[in-house]
Amino acid sequence: MASEEMEQLVRKEYKQGFVTDIESDTLPPGLDEDVIRHISQRKKEPEWLLEWRLEAYRHWLTMKDPQGWAHLSYPKIDYQAVSYYSAPGAKNKDAPKSLDEVDPKLLETFDKLGIPLHERAALAGVAVDAVFDSVSVGTTFKAKLAEAGVIFCSISEAVQEHPELVRQYLGTVVPHTDNYYAALNSAVFTDGSFVFVPKGVTCPMELSTYFRINAANTGQFERTLIVCEEQAQVSYLEGCTAPMRDENQLHAAVVELVALDDAYIKYSTVQNWYPGDEEGKGGIYNFVTKRGDCRGDRAKISWTQVETGSAITWKYPSCILRGKDSVGEFYSVAVTNNYQQADTGTKMIHIGEGSRSTIISKGISAGRSNQSYRGLVKILPTAKNARNFTQCDSLLIGDQCGAHTFPYQEIGTASAQVEHEATTSKIGEDQLFYCMQRGISEEDSVNMIVNGFCKDVFKELPMEFAVEAEALLNVSLEGAVG
Amino acid sequence: MIEIKDLHARVEGTEILKGLNLSIQPGEVHAIMGPNGAGKSTLSAVLTGREGYEVTSGSVTFEGEDLLEMDVEERARAGLLLGFQYPVEIPGVKNVYLLKAALNAKRKEQGLDEIEAPAFMKLIREKLKFMKMDNSFMHRAVNEGFSGGEKKRNEILQMLILEPKLALLDEIDSGLDIDAMKTVADGVNSLRTAERSILMITHYQRLLDYIVPDVIHVLVDGRIVKTGDKSLAFELEKKGYDWLLEGAA
Repeated sequence: MASEEMEQLVRKEYKQGFVTDIESDTLPPGLDEDVIRHISQRKKEPEWLLEWRLEAYRHWLTMKDPQGWAHLSYPKIDYQAVSYYSAPGAKNKDAPKSLDEVDPKLLETFDKLGIPLHERAALAGVAVDAVFDSVSVGTTFKAKLAEAGVIFCSISEAVQEHPELVRQYLGTVVPHTDNYYAALNSAVFTDGSFVFVPKGVTCPMELSTYFRINAANTGQFERTLIVCEEQAQVSYLEGCTAPMRDENQLHAAVVELVALDDAYIKYSTVQNWYPGDEEGKGGIYNFVTKRGDCRGDRAKISWTQVETGSAITWKYPSCILRGKDSVGEFYSVAVTNNYQQADTGTKMIHIGEGSRSTIISKGISAGRSNQSYRGLVKILPTAKNARNFTQCDSLLIGDQCGAHTFPYQEIGTASAQVEHEATTSKIGEDQLFYCMQRGISEEDSVNMIVNGFCKDVFKELPMEFAVEAEALLNVSLEGAVG
Repeated sequence: MIEIKDLHARVEGTEILKGLNLSIQPGEVHAIMGPNGAGKSTLSAVLTGREGYEVTSGSVTFEGEDLLEMDVEERARAGLLLGFQYPVEIPGVKNVYLLKAALNAKRKEQGLDEIEAPAFMKLIREKLKFMKMDNSFMHRAVNEGFSGGEKKRNEILQMLILEPKLALLDEIDSGLDIDAMKTVADGVNSLRTAERSILMITHYQRLLDYIVPDVIHVLVDGRIVKTGDKSLAFELEKKGYDWLLEGAA
């Protein structure tokens, strides 16, 4: 494929780029202890949580911005130029109690995104906790879930309704000392989801949250906590979109998963935040800490992610395999196009005897984008007979993009088995030609080949989302023909 | 069907085809033979529109249309299909998916609706059986882990389903044992109709025992130096190409 032809084809439009015009209660930019007190007060939080935030903030002040650490380049972020709280609705007005109180424009936004908030959700069997900027506006199916004993609500609500659970688990997987962004998040997090599945309960439906960043210049600091007690199971899907904006928007979420004995948490992400335009202007900065703790024996945590968005992504969903025979899985498809940069991967920390982990990472780079896989497999001396299998494959579309692999292995016991496979290939001109010689258009051929490349990951997604992920991939690579 | 006139083509600046003339009528089966480096594979690449092959002069008319003006996929939809010498593996893409996409692309071009799933499955099962292939084959990834024989049978299977007007078979016999060759040859022979033309490119005479061509051409140094009936193949088998090389020089 001639390079100019390709350049012309490596174009896409961000289909979710619209801004909803609603009044919002937004703090002026800047961060100090007063801002944190304000957030905490606005959210009517108990004293312990305010102290917890302040401790994180004070620690954050002692830390150094890790800019330049990963294989990414971006201008220094001015954390004082970011607004740390934005709630839809007029100032001081309480958050809506039910969907009926929700601003219709907001619901329209969700409509455009195709999120089924009302009855349609029932058909899909999906409960949606919709996060619009910082405040959770509507939670569906709470009643049905409550019947099963499952708690699914915003973390703010959980702080009010189930403070003992939040206090027991919050920050126990990702302490505020963990990293710069985890500390920042702990200090200023505004909302997120909370899931608690009690002992022996299998959550009767897929749980889903759509995050959407809307207000200009607001950082979004989500905090999600999912706890599965003994033998409990849940499958959770997080979908993210953001409207088109010129300014880079900061997003630093923390997700913590806790799985006790024989529990199973499946966490799937479909992320298509605004990646910036064709010149690399705008887009979301996504610095996320996601970690699961297999605290019990035979506990299993599975991360599946399809990442097509954000200007800059820094993300390593990880598993701490503490329990005996616990299992960690990471399945990832990351697509970068134009000037997107992604440094993503996973960490598998084996502590428990017989713990096993699987890492399947598929990276697709197009345009002038750059992508790195960074994976750590650490096997402690206690993790006798631990096993890991890693496979990371990169697919390049065109000749101006890059793919890099940084695997780290620390093996502390001779009884461990660790396998690593890696491939980098250019999207095969031979494969393309073969498909096109069967009469299939260039665009369809690319989609077919790329989807085939990602199949090992897509098959891990919940059924109803696998189709969505495939469609999203096609949109992201629209015209990205090599 | 196809009319090639004084075709000159270059690869990376080197002229490979140097004035090739060839005309195939509907229903005819032609074979092109020739030594290594004569330009056999270049000819199939040029006819299918592969990138990196530059036509410097001459013309190719396919069913009255200027073939060289058409894109790769347009040529395919117009009815020119290539059976590859080395069919490529496409991991994760099921055979059935590729075939359906290809068939529907062709149907769309003809203004037809997409084929219904039951009709499609019936068609595939019938052709699979003919090619002595197992049904499970449909759910395997395209050519992935296929033996040499399976790959070639897959090429013919695609032809049986996509029904080209002109089937271009590039070294379809290479790497086949005798049983596989017979199956492939049966498939090719079943493609023979009064309307369809076939152009086989081959290095060896043995394929022509199973698929008997109407016309044989000898390609040497980018030109067709001799044309004859099937007896020409035996002559080549006996005498090799040298006597023709001398004639061409």
